[in-house]
Amino acid sequence: MVAIPDDVIIELEKKANLIRRHVIRMTRAAGSGHPGGSLSSSDILSALFFKVMNHRASDPSWEDRDRFILSKGHAAPAYYAALAESGYFPVEELLTLRKLGSRLQGHPSKSKLPGIEMSTGSLGQGLSVANGMALAAKLDRKSYRIYCLCGDGEMQSGQIWEAAMLGAHYELDNVTAFVDRNKLQIDGPTEKIMSVEPLPEKWKAFGWNTIEIDGHDMRQILDACEKAKEMKGKPTMIIAHTVKGKGVSFMENALSFHGKSPNDEEAKKALKELGENQ
Amino acid sequence: MKWSYASQRKEYGHALIELGKARKNVVVLDADLSGSTRTADFAKEFPEHFFNCGIAEQNMMGTAAGLAASGKIVFASTFAVFATGRCWDQIRQSIAYPKLNVKIVATHAGITVGGDGASHQSGEDVALMRTLPNMTVIVPVDASETFKATKALADHNGPCYMRMGRLDFPIITDAETPFKIGKALLVREGSDITLMGNGVMVSRCVEAAETLLKKNISARVINMSSVKPLDEAIIDAAVKKTGGIVTAEEHNVVSGLGCAVASYVAEHDPVPMRRVGLMDTFGESGEGEELMRKYGLTAEKIIEAVEEVIRRR
Repeated sequence: MVAIPDDVIIELEKKANLIRRHVIRMTRAAGSGHPGGSLSSSDILSALFFKVMNHRASDPSWEDRDRFILSKGHAAPAYYAALAESGYFPVEELLTLRKLGSRLQGHPSKSKLPGIEMSTGSLGQGLSVANGMALAAKLDRKSYRIYCLCGDGEMQSGQIWEAAMLGAHYELDNVTAFVDRNKLQIDGPTEKIMSVEPLPEKWKAFGWNTIEIDGHDMRQILDACEKAKEMKGKPTMIIAHTVKGKGVSFMENALSFHGKSPNDEEAKKALKELGENQ
Repeated sequence: MKWSYASQRKEYGHALIELGKARKNVVVLDADLSGSTRTADFAKEFPEHFFNCGIAEQNMMGTAAGLAASGKIVFASTFAVFATGRCWDQIRQSIAYPKLNVKIVATHAGITVGGDGASHQSGEDVALMRTLPNMTVIVPVDASETFKATKALADHNGPCYMRMGRLDFPIITDAETPFKIGKALLVREGSDITLMGNGVMVSRCVEAAETLLKKNISARVINMSSVKPLDEAIIDAAVKKTGGIVTAEEHNVVSGLGCAVASYVAEHDPVPMRRVGLMDTFGESGEGEELMRKYGLTAEKIIEAVEEVIRRR
């Protein structure tokens, strides 16, 4: 494994914080949306869009690009921020989130915005789609990879485990999936609502190369993605332990910010904590 | 009437093999029913392009979406009740909304499934698919039309649903009969009433027309295999020329072909109508033909409906 220089890590961490600031501004402007799960996945998105994935904003349908599917479609604000900062569309457009006529739908729509590989939002479906793309890559003898970000609440959906079986059965080693394990869902803690643990054991039992990381440690995210690339014959599930609302003190582990936007004062405070002037 | 019969499913398998030969990007999925749906015929010829997804239909639809988003023409098959009911949200979210090139081709539609009973029969599939934006819905009349429709689905860019029966159905069309998505087919000329059917019920419409002729009623018969889009021109002409319509389908009368035609007629040029089909009921076990008689999918029911429409005119 090639050691990644510190300045690369620092740059990716800065981008993650930039995504977080966009998330706050966007959900504030929209007056709705899902900041909590967007903030928990910002580091993973920064790693994927600014380092790990081969993609070209100038040519969104480039045949050999790596694909990304946001199975937890409600983290759309962070996803849109990563796309805009990659150059898929103007950064100013981010503030149109959820507005009438906007390309930035409340949940990602493939037919509306360049860079969106799949419409998502109805939970539990993204991993199946990632598998289909991985089968197509294998058929076409292409080496691109498919990245899929799932929420931990999604682990309660039966379709996820159907997809888990298919991925292992067809040896889809070109799939790297993440669980954003922030441990909270709308109604409360996942383990109180419907236990998903023991998650690593479950994925291992389903035949996946399973890696556990701190989902806010940039180096661990990058290392895990490298390990996934090296694995032959098995898809990889990276269980990323995260904090819902990460980066904003009063949003961290706060259930209320799953699906509620910050008010003006909260947004101001949040942006300050996220280093607005950086 | 004496009919010759042929299998729609067999022609589906046949068409898939031809498509596989002609196009490298055809991929076929099934959910552990490949022998019944005849996708196994394709799997034998093109094992690399066939993926059995096991008894996990929702995952099959998502996988189909991913393949289609990567440039494949994907055929996904299972029984009609599972293809549409069990997977409706997956079809809506992952196929219809992003307008992906997935062809959901289902067998064992309607009640002619027979002995398996209501759990495996499907009187709701056309309704479920018809209500989805971007979706094309085809109910082919016989084996030959199934072959042509399968190829037409591959040529059409976008999500499609097609349903077939389990039993061999009466032969209405031949290799020369044209088929086009959105176009209905005039099967028999007539001037007093129009009978619009699809699937196996077109043969019942033809039988009804024969009997009606003896009563001096001239019935036009139209094969409405394209439920969505509907052939509005052929409905306009039928309304003007015959002034009354009876529809017939092996499907619940709620939200199937009859409702599609009735909505159009009501909003344009209302004339008396009746719908023949499953009267908002589940089926049961029995032989296919027995079930059709018990549940009123017969020429006699169509004739009764015609007489009522004529009385109301």
